[in-house]
Amino acid sequence: MPGMAGKTLYDKIWDAHLVAEDAGEAILYIDLHLIHEVTTPQAFAGLRAEGRKVRRPDRTLAVADHNVPTEGQALGVDAVADEEARLQLQTLARNVADAGIEFFPMGDIRNGIVHVVGPEQGRTQPGMTIVCGDSHTSTHGAFGALAQGIGTSEVEHVLASQTLRQKKSKNMRVTVNGALSPGVTAKDMALAIIGEIGTAGGTGQVIEFAGEAVRALSMEGRMTLCNLTIEGGARAGLVAPDDKTFAYLDGKPAAPQGEAWDMAVDYWKTFFTDADAVFDREVVLDGAAIAPTVTWGTSPEDVVPITGTVPVPADFATPDKRAAVERALDYMGLTAGQPITEARIDRVFIGSCTNSRIEDLRAAAAVAQQAFLEGRLVADHVKAMVVPGSGLVKEQAEAEGLDAIFKAVGFDWREPGCSMCLGMNPDRLAPGERCASTSNRNFEGRQGRGGRTHLMSPAMAVAAAIAGHIVDVRDFL
Amino acid sequence: MKAFTRLDGRAAPLTLANIDTDQIIPKQFLKRVDREGLAAGLFYDFRFDEQGREKSGFVLNDPAYKNAQILITGDNFGCGSSREHAPWALQDFGIQCVISTSFADIFRGNCLNNGLLTIELKPQEVQALMAEALGGNHLFSVDLETQTVTAPSGARFSFDIDPDRKTKLLQGLDAIGETLAHAPAIDVFEMKQALGQPWMDA
Repeated sequence: MPGMAGKTLYDKIWDAHLVAEDAGEAILYIDLHLIHEVTTPQAFAGLRAEGRKVRRPDRTLAVADHNVPTEGQALGVDAVADEEARLQLQTLARNVADAGIEFFPMGDIRNGIVHVVGPEQGRTQPGMTIVCGDSHTSTHGAFGALAQGIGTSEVEHVLASQTLRQKKSKNMRVTVNGALSPGVTAKDMALAIIGEIGTAGGTGQVIEFAGEAVRALSMEGRMTLCNLTIEGGARAGLVAPDDKTFAYLDGKPAAPQGEAWDMAVDYWKTFFTDADAVFDREVVLDGAAIAPTVTWGTSPEDVVPITGTVPVPADFATPDKRAAVERALDYMGLTAGQPITEARIDRVFIGSCTNSRIEDLRAAAAVAQQAFLEGRLVADHVKAMVVPGSGLVKEQAEAEGLDAIFKAVGFDWREPGCSMCLGMNPDRLAPGERCASTSNRNFEGRQGRGGRTHLMSPAMAVAAAIAGHIVDVRDFL
Repeated sequence: MKAFTRLDGRAAPLTLANIDTDQIIPKQFLKRVDREGLAAGLFYDFRFDEQGREKSGFVLNDPAYKNAQILITGDNFGCGSSREHAPWALQDFGIQCVISTSFADIFRGNCLNNGLLTIELKPQEVQALMAEALGGNHLFSVDLETQTVTAPSGARFSFDIDPDRKTKLLQGLDAIGETLAHAPAIDVFEMKQALGQPWMDA
């Protein structure tokens, strides 16, 4: 039809969930609400104060992930040493019991990081609207679901109404053409994209990821990519569903079965961007040009290829930017112009909603095994840990013998949770410690006050653990 | 939600860009089950050293800015984590309005839901306000009805705000109550979904 541009994937999900419009805002139906202990107590208290009920407990799923310890989970919540964490975990258990919400408590094999659990249970499905009081909810966009992080007032709003009030964002597309080189992963792709667009580059926009290199990613890789969308400022990232998506979901506990499966797949296949759809902004990258990438500074946009050097403040155009770079170098204890591979590390953290899935652990274990066969272990001065994303990931990894490989080279093998990504539990950096981390934020103090975080892929983190400094994983392959 | 109409108050300049919500309120303050008392954690690592002593040199520790009600900040304020503890801590400290060149989406929405006004101005305007706030007089006026910020010198800047958001702030509307008035439409949506995508309720 002339003058009628096609719709984007985001447009289609939006239109399919529009309940009403009110005072210039859309009221969007929410298909799945994931909740955890940290951002919900005030929301449930708000409902109680107003005498409101949870509208759809059946569309809500609760986990305990942010402040659970990664050792001794079998002892139960009452044994959690941190009094505030314990109270928050107990409060969640009480709130979900009162409301009749399904809950995987700490120690349950199905429990884990909320953005690992949703997909592995098959609760995350294409075309859905998904929210959670956690900014990394963008992860679920890997399935072609509109998934967004929300605040606690919005959590309360969704609990009460199963809807979210929102203005529509703009459409942005990031296309990564070509193929990634060996040793280059979804994490490197995501960091390279953030380096390109900046940490506010996606503000006010929903980003659809497209192109050969994106299509070639596994579901785990797509989750890593969408997970980091928020670090580029966009609340949601999307990858159109395809056969890989359907194959991943097939047989998952909450996935439809039999006739319902066929019906669902037909429906899911309608969620793609029309060929004639127009995006408000397009960014194109060459996948072959992406190197293993790490961060040097205190913002996820502070990226450098592993072959590169730490920036020199004088090279930046504005006084504000120069001052910011100087501050970051000072905080990180780095010298302008030094090769990034000279940064000696103290800690390694493999985990988080970004990189704690089975494929991440396999990639990490492959590097560890190679090192072990060459007689190399985690460097003497390095403390390294692996925190699987869920009890089921942990079980699968143990069935494949990955835990034995990690332990053999000197990693701690822990129980699931958010752990040292944000240091709400006992796992955190001491002041001045430098960490090779597979997590998502290198902000000042994120992993512990004064801690210095370098973001990288799981394979790169293992290579760094063995070498004792940041290193190019391709030297290990 | 608290209504926002007009504010006459002290403004503190915070020149850094990309201040994330981990800086606004660090993780150790997220273990609370209520929303009161979070001022103690606001900008904790900026305000206090490792022994918990106030750091000199941070603007909100300067007696001239201690009772600030307005923050003027660098670009992309509030990026990172979705923690609503960030606006709660700002409000508990007394901050009712933040002025910047841009805000992260989730943070901006969280502020709106708490009646904390975020104002976006052009870079040169923010710089002009920042310069005035650094001077001797820190009393600024913010008027939501007329959409203006007035600096101590009398310089006045107009800001844009979505008219619906403006109404929401001026009236301090309860978003949940407003939405629940649409319960019949939500019922209809659920019935249609149960017919069209029955596996979602299985």
